[in-house]
Amino acid sequence: MIKSLKTISHDLSDPAYQLDVLNNYSESLRQQPKFKEKLEEIDLFPLRPTGIEIFQINVGYMCNMTCKHCHVDAGPDRDEVMTKETLEHCLEALRHSDIKTVDLTGGAPEMNPHFRWFVEQVSALGKNIIVRSNLTILTTAPKYQELPEFFAEHGVEVTCSLPFYNKSRTDRQRGEGTYDRSIEALKKLNKIGYGKEDTELELNLVYNPTGAFLPGGQESLEKEFKRQLDRKHGIVFNNLFTITNLPISRFLNFLLESGNLEEYMDRLITAFNPAAAKGVMCRDTISVGWDGTLYDCDFNQMLEMPVEEESPQHISEWNEERLNDREIKINQHCFGCTAGAGSSCGGTTT
Amino acid sequence: MSDSYYNPKDLKKFEDVGEFGPELAEKFFDYYGAVFEEGALSAREKALIALAVSHTVQCPYCIDAYTTESLEKGASEEQMMEAVHVASAIRGGSSLVHGVQMMNKTKDLSM
Repeated sequence: MIKSLKTISHDLSDPAYQLDVLNNYSESLRQQPKFKEKLEEIDLFPLRPTGIEIFQINVGYMCNMTCKHCHVDAGPDRDEVMTKETLEHCLEALRHSDIKTVDLTGGAPEMNPHFRWFVEQVSALGKNIIVRSNLTILTTAPKYQELPEFFAEHGVEVTCSLPFYNKSRTDRQRGEGTYDRSIEALKKLNKIGYGKEDTELELNLVYNPTGAFLPGGQESLEKEFKRQLDRKHGIVFNNLFTITNLPISRFLNFLLESGNLEEYMDRLITAFNPAAAKGVMCRDTISVGWDGTLYDCDFNQMLEMPVEEESPQHISEWNEERLNDREIKINQHCFGCTAGAGSSCGGTTT
Repeated sequence: MSDSYYNPKDLKKFEDVGEFGPELAEKFFDYYGAVFEEGALSAREKALIALAVSHTVQCPYCIDAYTTESLEKGASEEQMMEAVHVASAIRGGSSLVHGVQMMNKTKDLSM
């Protein structure tokens, strides 16, 4: 089994070291413009929210997979899981908020022991629920195999990872056998109506480049994924979201080991797009960590950069007005969300 | 002048090629940009054609650029290799088809 960077006490499991690498690893990185400077050039610094619309909860870093690009460093050996008490705090915050979308991520969010209970509670509040599924979990134990029906019952939007429409590239990034199991899960989701035009059961795929390159046009890639998956497997889905790999955690490890770090950062920075910067997801998202700590986004969560000190730090201190007035924390990894057509958990931002 | 005729870093300087003649460079890059836009052919198909042509003209800069471009546009390794084989087949075929000339001439000269 591949171990997480944390388990093997890798240097890159230390967020401070990751940020140091991004800023100071080489002369060329030291000389690169800073993200703050790029925002200043377009009068966007300090970066502030436009209003929280998405309440993203990372319910734990435990996962049945250990993907090579994972920014969470998730895996079977991670035991950080959100407790029921913290989930109750999330519900309390949601009860008093107009936020419409609750986005559940991990790890494999389905592995949180309170997952089903929590989805039922959020559903009862009338919120839209997105589950970020790795697909393969839906083919493992019987309790997970039953989830597609459970998702359909609660109108949950299933947004799942599939980095490519073929086996070799998918398995290289996500582990041997992933593609076949993902296809099995997608067929199951299709069978109960997910991804079909005449149902309201939304099935979206997430594309991550399988190497040190940027995602191409989202629309064009969606067309190609639809053509290939339909032709090869008769699979249908609603949308493809292209997401740029951020240079942190395991993807940063890959960049360093493959000698691609400087060139990748150069590509991200050269492709800085002011329109994408204006639309970055941290402006309309709040990220809740497994222990209830609040972050500007899931990436800042992994870099242990909580929301600014003047804001509520923990979900139990929820105050939407104050959070909407916060200054968003930034660093060099943020160039990943502003390159080209932009990148967010919902795909491009321009 | 560097020690080598080809330096990977020079690829990034392509956009500065107008330094000695901006007007023609501007016309070229406008045209170049328009050529690769999504059209009757998709941007991915164009990237694959460019990858094949890069191998035909054996341009290291172009191979570097259009390998990345093909990956970004969502081409698979199989598609990229097939594109290179198309270039190879046309290149090899263009030699071989001239064998007909050789045969014609030989037949003209022969008893």
